Amino acid sequence: MGSLVMRGMLAGVLAAVLAFCFATAFGEPAIEQAIAVEEASAASSHEHDESAGADAAEAAAPVSRGVQRTFGLAVGLGVLGVALGGVFAILFALARGRLGLGSDRVTALVVAVLAFTSAYLVPFLKYPANPPAVGHPETIEARTVAYVGMFVCSVLVMTAAVLLQRRLAAGSGAWNASLVAAAVFVLAMAVVGWGLPTFSEVPDAFPANTLWEFRIASMGTQLFLWLGTGLVFAALTGRPHAPSR
Amino acid sequence: MVQASAISLPAPASAIPLREILPWAIFAFAIAFVAMYLVGFEEGAWTVVNSNVVHEFVHDARHLAGLPCH
Repeated sequence: MGSLVMRGMLAGVLAAVLAFCFATAFGEPAIEQAIAVEEASAASSHEHDESAGADAAEAAAPVSRGVQRTFGLAVGLGVLGVALGGVFAILFALARGRLGLGSDRVTALVVAVLAFTSAYLVPFLKYPANPPAVGHPETIEARTVAYVGMFVCSVLVMTAAVLLQRRLAAGSGAWNASLVAAAVFVLAMAVVGWGLPTFSEVPDAFPANTLWEFRIASMGTQLFLWLGTGLVFAALTGRPHAPSR
Repeated sequence: MVQASAISLPAPASAIPLREILPWAIFAFAIAFVAMYLVGFEEGAWTVVNSNVVHEFVHDARHLAGLPCH
């Protein structure tokens, strides 16, 4: 079990390297554009806006942009990669031999897809990632609580859906059980998303293309983290523990 | 037909007992909690370290991970 967790963390670090390359190529340009928009609007509203003081304080931040976009991004993603890798290994250990998937590789891939969907994709659909300059500082607490609420609900409902699928699979077959479980997940999360507050805080002048590019880059970064972890883990684990035919 | 497909499928991998997983699960989730807090939430809505350095250092990773930043 310990070796599974170590393999998961190693897979997470390798996935983070891939995610870092992707984020550098496709995420950072959008972040730089967003910061340029933020600074331009801060400069124009400097005389009458109190929030300009906060923006100026942020401009004089303890960490330079050069460090943020290189070492900071790498360390941040690396730490997330180790953490996600460890959690992934636990999920894989729980799923192995219990989801009726047979092969370790398929199990790893399915776990990665379900984890990506519940831990990132579904919360993202309600609260999409925002670049700098989007979001009012005074609502950060409400937005964070709402995001965590969406995240926790999504993960719990996914867990319940997987357990439901296992219960139904014995009687109705794996395919039909999966369809029912997926429908339950989608319906339940639609209700949760409908019930949680919506924040519309994109400034009118913010370029739509930059927002789109940033959000797609965010999704790509998370895809690399989760699917990268799953596929590297599958490569590390598939062979030595492959079930005998 | 049912028998044939049952034979052609690989034998299901043996499940790891939950008792064996539990201590590692606590370990992994504790690490994940601290890591997600530091990268995702410190100096945003909540503050523990009380310095902007952690927040600013991982600033870009937090934005790209999709978490509310500021």
